[in-house]
Amino acid sequence: MAHDHEAGKKLALKTILILGAITITEVLVALTGKGYIISGFHLAEAILAIIMIAMSAYKAYLIVFEFMHMRHEVKGLRFSVLLPMLLLVWAVIAFFSEGNHWLHNRDQIIQKNEQVPTVKTIKPVGD
Amino acid sequence: MKASYGKLMMWYFLLSDAFTFAGFLIGYGALRFSMPNWPVPEKVFNKFPFTGEANLPLIFVTFMTFVLLASSFTMMRAVQEGHNENRKGVINWMLLTIIGGFTFLGCQAWEWTTLIAKEYTSIHVNPFGRMTEDGIFLNADGSEGEAFEAGYSYLIHNINAHAGGHGEEATADHGEAAVSHSHPGDYPDALIDEDGYIHRKFKVTSGVDAGQVKSAPFGPKAFGALFFFITGFHGFHVFSGVLFLTIILINVISGIYVARKNGYEMVEKIGLYWHFVDLVWVFVFLVYYLL
Repeated sequence: MAHDHEAGKKLALKTILILGAITITEVLVALTGKGYIISGFHLAEAILAIIMIAMSAYKAYLIVFEFMHMRHEVKGLRFSVLLPMLLLVWAVIAFFSEGNHWLHNRDQIIQKNEQVPTVKTIKPVGD
Repeated sequence: MKASYGKLMMWYFLLSDAFTFAGFLIGYGALRFSMPNWPVPEKVFNKFPFTGEANLPLIFVTFMTFVLLASSFTMMRAVQEGHNENRKGVINWMLLTIIGGFTFLGCQAWEWTTLIAKEYTSIHVNPFGRMTEDGIFLNADGSEGEAFEAGYSYLIHNINAHAGGHGEEATADHGEAAVSHSHPGDYPDALIDEDGYIHRKFKVTSGVDAGQVKSAPFGPKAFGALFFFITGFHGFHVFSGVLFLTIILINVISGIYVARKNGYEMVEKIGLYWHFVDLVWVFVFLVYYLL
C-alpha cells in the first residue's frame, strides 16, 4: 500500500507537469502561428487548428484517464461513459458544415432581403 | 473491483453535463463559421491586471488555465490521501483546491469587468469586429488617413470609457488613431451613436462598394452573448464546485468519513466533478481563445 501511494504521488506530479508543458506549448504555437513572436511569420489556420485540437485532445485524455482515474475503472463504466461521446463527432461535422453553408448563403440572403416584396392584392370575399 | 453506485452516477451526471457543454461549444462553432467578421480572440483577450493598456495576447487566460490545472492536481492529491485514510492530508489538499477555485473565479470576475466596464461589451452589443473589405480611414478634416486590409481587427470605442466621459480623447488601441469628439453626432471621421460608441468612418477601396464611405459596424452580436453564457456557465460550475468542496471539507474535518472506512469515497466523487470542470475549461480555452 505504501508503495502504491508513492507511485500515485509521482503519477500526479508527472501528469500535472505534462499538462502544464502542453498548455505553454499551445499558447506559444498559437502566438507564433499568428505572427506575434517572430514578426512576419504566419502558419496556415488549418495547420494551427489541427495542432491545437490534437494537443487539447491529449490534455483531455490525461485529465480523464489519470486525474479522473478512468484507466482503473471497470470496463462497463468505461465504455458506457466514453462510447456515447462518439455521437459528438457527428454533431461537430454536421453543425460546422451547416455554419459554413450559412456563410456562403449570406450574399443570397442579403439580396433577397433587399428585393421589394411584391404584394398580391386579393379581392375581399363578397366585394 | 466494482464501481460503486455513487461513483457510477457521478460519471453519468458528468456525461450529461459534457453534452450540455458540447452543445454550447458546437453552437458557438457553427455561428463562428457562418460569419465573415468574427472577432480575433487574441485581439479581444489581450489585457492583464496592473499593466494598463499593454498588449499581452492570451497571457491572462493562460494564467487562469494554470490556476485550474493546479487545483486539479491538489484535488488528485486529496483523493490519494483519502485512499490512505490520512485525514490531515485530505484537509490540507482540499483547502488548497478551494483556494485555487476562488482564484480562478476572481480572475474571471476581472476578465468580465474589463470587457463590460472598459470595452463596453454586453450580451447584445459586441464592439469587436473585423473589416470585410479593404479601406482607408478618414481623418477629422475629411482627408484620407491610415489604410487597412480586409480582416483588419478593430474595437469600437465608447466616449464614456474614460473618467468623466466628456472632453477626453479615446486612447488609441488596436493600432487605431484617437478620435477627439465627445458627443454623439455625425463627424467627418466618425459616427458616434446615442450610446456613445465611436464608429470610425472609412472609404472602401475593394469590392463592389469601392469608393463608398462607411462607418465601422459592430461585430457579430452573438459573440458577446456566447462568451458570457459559456464562460458564465463554466464559472457557475466552478462556483458550485467550490461550494460542494467546502461542504465535503467540513464533513472531513468533522470526521464522519473516518467512521465509513471507505477510503473517503465522497472526496473521490467531488474530485471527479472538479476534474470535469477542468476538462471543460480545456475545451473552452481551445475554442474561445486558441483557435
